Amino acid sequence: MSMTIIEKILARGAGLEEAHAGDVVVCDVDMTVLIDLQFATLWKDPTRIADPDRLAVIMDHAVPAPTIGDADGGVRARAFVRRFGIERFFDVGRHGICHQVIAENGLARPGEILTCTDSHTCAAGAYNNAARGLGPIEVYSIMCTGKTWFQVAPTIRYELLGAKPEVVSGKDIFLHIAGTYGDATNHNLELGGPGLASVPMNDRRTIATQGAEVSADFTTFPADEICLDFLQERIGERPEPVEADLGAAYAAVRQVDLSELTPWVARPGKVADNALPVSQLERRRVDQCFIGSCANGQIEDMRVAAEMLRGRRVAPGVRLIVTPASQAVYAQAVREGCVETLVDAGAIVTNSTCGACFGYHMGLLGAGEVCITASTRNFKGRMGSPDAEIYMASPRTVAAAAIAGEIIDPREVLG
Amino acid sequence: MKDVIEGRAWVFGDSVDTDNMYPGFAMKLSLQEAATHVFYNLRPGWTGEVAAGDIVVAGRNFGVGSSRPVAQLFLELGVVALVAEEFNSLFLRNSINFGLPAVTIPAAATTIADASTVRLDIPGATIEPAGGGARLMGTPLPEFVLDILAQGGLLPKLAADGYLPVAGAGR
Repeated sequence: MSMTIIEKILARGAGLEEAHAGDVVVCDVDMTVLIDLQFATLWKDPTRIADPDRLAVIMDHAVPAPTIGDADGGVRARAFVRRFGIERFFDVGRHGICHQVIAENGLARPGEILTCTDSHTCAAGAYNNAARGLGPIEVYSIMCTGKTWFQVAPTIRYELLGAKPEVVSGKDIFLHIAGTYGDATNHNLELGGPGLASVPMNDRRTIATQGAEVSADFTTFPADEICLDFLQERIGERPEPVEADLGAAYAAVRQVDLSELTPWVARPGKVADNALPVSQLERRRVDQCFIGSCANGQIEDMRVAAEMLRGRRVAPGVRLIVTPASQAVYAQAVREGCVETLVDAGAIVTNSTCGACFGYHMGLLGAGEVCITASTRNFKGRMGSPDAEIYMASPRTVAAAAIAGEIIDPREVLG
Repeated sequence: MKDVIEGRAWVFGDSVDTDNMYPGFAMKLSLQEAATHVFYNLRPGWTGEVAAGDIVVAGRNFGVGSSRPVAQLFLELGVVALVAEEFNSLFLRNSINFGLPAVTIPAAATTIADASTVRLDIPGATIEPAGGGARLMGTPLPEFVLDILAQGGLLPKLAADGYLPVAGAGR
C-alpha cells in the first residue's frame, strides 16, 4: 500500500514494511537532543544510556545562565557529557538554538527519526526527517532505551504551485496556511510540489518549525536537489531521500499558489485562523520588534534585517531586538557586516539563545505594549505581560515595522 | 491509578495553550510556586479553588504549545485527570508520561457543567454526571498507554528497568 513520507520513515524506524495512519509503532530513534532546560529541572543521572553516538547535548534556552538554577543545570550537563563521553556537546561558546545547531551539524538526515524536548523539534522536518518534540520524561526515556512509540496520524498534503516572490518568505507561506486552514491537531503536514523549488532551505525550516503552532505532529518536506545540496555541504555525503508514494492516502490535499502570496501577519494570541495579509491589517503602532528564534534567526534572516535597515533607522520609541540563532550565524553575520548595519541603525543584536522568544530571560514586554515578532509563537503572555499584544510576521515585515514605528507592508518601505 | 473516579470538573474552552498553564516566568519558580500560576490569565484565582481529586475538562486542541511539564503542576494541585474533546499530541503524551491520565471524549467541554461532579471511567473513556445523566463516550487509550499510567508514568518504569539509581527519582 502507498505511504506518505512520514509513514515511510516511521515504518523504517519500526523495522516494518509498512505503516499507515492509525497504526501504533515502536521506533528506534536515530538522534536524541538534550537541551539545557532538561538538566536544570528534572535531571537525575541515569545508570546507563542507549548509545552516546545517538545523543547530542545543546545549551540553548537559558544561556549564559540567567539564574542559579540554570547555572546548576549547566554543571550537571557538563558532568553528564564527561561521564558518558558524548561527543556532540554544544556548550556555551559553540552553542545555538538547538534546531539551528541540528541543521548546521547535519544531525537530522533524510529517513531518520530525531527527538528533543523542545516543541519546535519539528523544524528538522525540513531535511526529510521525522522530527518532533516530546516531553522531558519521554526524551529522558529515549536517551535510556533508544526507542519510543508513535501513533501514526493522518497526513495533510500541501501542494505548492508557482514560484515564491522575493518579498514572500517561509513565514508568509506558513501564516497563509495557518490563517486559511487553521489547526492540524493530531495530523501530520507534508509539503511538496513543483513550487517547492522556489522555496530555499531556510524558508522550509521556518515552515517546518511552525508546524507546532498549528498543533501538527510531524511536518515533513521531501529531499529535493536543493535539500541534498544543503546536506552534502554539512555531512559530506548525499543521503538517500524518502519520497511519498503515488497514491498515498492523505486526509486532505490543499494547493497553495506561491506566486499569489503577499506578506502576511498573525494577530495576537495564536496563528490558526488568526492571520491575514499585512496590507489588510489596520495600522498598529509597535513598541518592540523581534527577529530571532529557531524559526527566524538564520543567516538569511540576518541578511534581510540588515538589507532593510541599511541607510535607515529604527523609529524613535521602538526597540528592535535581533537574535542570531547560533554562534555560527552570529559570526557569519559579523563577517558579512549585518551586525554593524543593524547596530548603526539602532537595533540590539543579542547573544544566541531562546531568551526573548519564550519570555524567559530578556526582551520581555510590559503591560499595554505591542510587539511584532518573527519568532515562533504569539500566545498571550508568551513574551512577558499577558496584557501585551504579540503580532507575528516575517523578518522583512518586522524590520519594516521597526523603521515605520507601526505594522506596515514591507513593500511600502522598499518603495 | 483508580479506573473510575468521581470528582469536580473544571471546564475550559478550545485551544488552551501551555503558556497559559505554565507561563515563562513561572519556569524560574519551584514547582509549588509555579503551580499557583496555572490558568493565571484565563481564570485568575483558580488555583485557590481547585482541590485534590478534581478533574480538568477542556475543548478542542487542548495543550497546544510547548513541552513544559504542565502535568507536574496539575499533580501538585491535586488534579487527578484531564479530559478534552481533542488533545495536542505532545501535551497528551507529556501528561501520561508524568502519570496523569488524559482522556479524549468528544463534546465533553460543551456538555459537562463547570464545577459539577462527574464520574470518569479512564480505561473505558466515558464521562457522566455523578448524579445521573447522559454518558459521553470517548476513545479508549491503547492498552500499553494504560500500562504506563498504571505504573505511575515513565519514570517508575525506567526505575524498575534499572535506568535510574533510585526508584521514582528525577521528579
